[in-house]
Amino acid sequence: MNSHLYLGTRKGLLDVAKINGKWSIIRTSFLAVPVPMLLRDPRTGTLIAAVEHGHYGTKLQFSEDGGATWEERACPAYPVKPEDYPEVVNPMSQHPVPWKLMNIWALEAGGADQPGLLWCGTIPGGLFKSKDNGASWELVRSLWDHPGRAKWFGGGADWPAIHTVCVDPRDSSHVLIAVSCGGIWETRDTGDTWTCIGSGVFAEFMPPEQRFDPGIQDAHRIAMCPANPDALWMQHHNGIFKSTDGGNNWTHLTTADPSDFGFATVVHPDDAGTAWFVPGIKDELRVPVENALCVMRTRDGGATFEALRQGLPQENAYHVVYRHALAIANDGETLAFGSTTGSVWISEDSGDTWERLSAELPPIYCVRFADV
Amino acid sequence: MPAVQFTANLTRQTNAPACLVAGKTVREALDHVFADHPALRGYILDDQNEVRPHVVIFVDGTPMKDRCGLSDSVNADSEIFVMQALSGG
Repeated sequence: MNSHLYLGTRKGLLDVAKINGKWSIIRTSFLAVPVPMLLRDPRTGTLIAAVEHGHYGTKLQFSEDGGATWEERACPAYPVKPEDYPEVVNPMSQHPVPWKLMNIWALEAGGADQPGLLWCGTIPGGLFKSKDNGASWELVRSLWDHPGRAKWFGGGADWPAIHTVCVDPRDSSHVLIAVSCGGIWETRDTGDTWTCIGSGVFAEFMPPEQRFDPGIQDAHRIAMCPANPDALWMQHHNGIFKSTDGGNNWTHLTTADPSDFGFATVVHPDDAGTAWFVPGIKDELRVPVENALCVMRTRDGGATFEALRQGLPQENAYHVVYRHALAIANDGETLAFGSTTGSVWISEDSGDTWERLSAELPPIYCVRFADV
Repeated sequence: MPAVQFTANLTRQTNAPACLVAGKTVREALDHVFADHPALRGYILDDQNEVRPHVVIFVDGTPMKDRCGLSDSVNADSEIFVMQALSGG
């Protein structure tokens, strides 16, 4: 069985296979259509691609044969808005939050003991659940109707975005989600009830009295260690945070070098102390520090970080890596990331060295491994 | 019966055949089409059954006015043409 790397891009889904030791692009699906999100369901091998037609809206496509053929199934749809539903406005713009699917920003499988269960995070902030492998979807009303949603606002997009869904491998009814900007939310009953968590996380850009409010935080991405699910890493708008108690409390790390700003993070599947980030300068300067691209790695729980540069451009580099565009394979050694300017790099030695797959690709939204 | 026709661009994505359907408004006419081709609905209308921002519907050569309710009237000889806007690509 060949290893695969799937790239969701501005111009379609690219299938990259490792054949005779060499990674090569072998197929493009949905040519010229944006693919912002992809899930390869580890329970079944099914590929699920969010396909975002500019004119015709987002659809979900499913493949049971590794991407050779695709079948459109149901797409998450917001129910018709009741006329008496109190308007929820974006507190920043004061505009009503749309009651319709704008974008899909998260797709994750339920636990091994939850066959057919899928989670889908969307913009403008609705979480959807499917119990039948995507044949139908239901808006998780317990979260959508939660009064805390009134605090949410847009971060990476104009409207709130659910971009992270972490299912606890010890107890799949326990799920964490992260919202940009709406903090971290936890359910322990598969979505029936929700609690906003996250003490210690702060947003410097907010007025002082709201700075530590867990319900407005701009988590860019959270990674849960499969072998130690209480260990979480977060790339936040205001830096890098880690938690060792399942996200209830967070420590701000000030050791990142060259920068603690970025979007993506991944954690080693077996070693909770090892994590990777791709830094930019800071929020208003979203380019690599000194135009030299690097990946940051910590192997000691964040006490120190090292900048990994071998194989990455060290001058005139403008690459930014979106939150879903850095991936680690199950082997804990193979990583890949793609950039806004269409380059993809692969490392097979934990990030020590990188090899560029291509510099000619569309902007990269999503990177996922299979069978590595 | 009103005639409904779809841009070829749309037929690349999903089954969208030209057809003759009953109906006194654009909504009624399209609902008849969607009854036979349920997957087509989500390409033209959003979650709230309003016309997608980058889809345009012409009735007898004139852009439809009521993009939320699709209440524009049609007659037995009307031609309804569903196309993508130049924006949104």
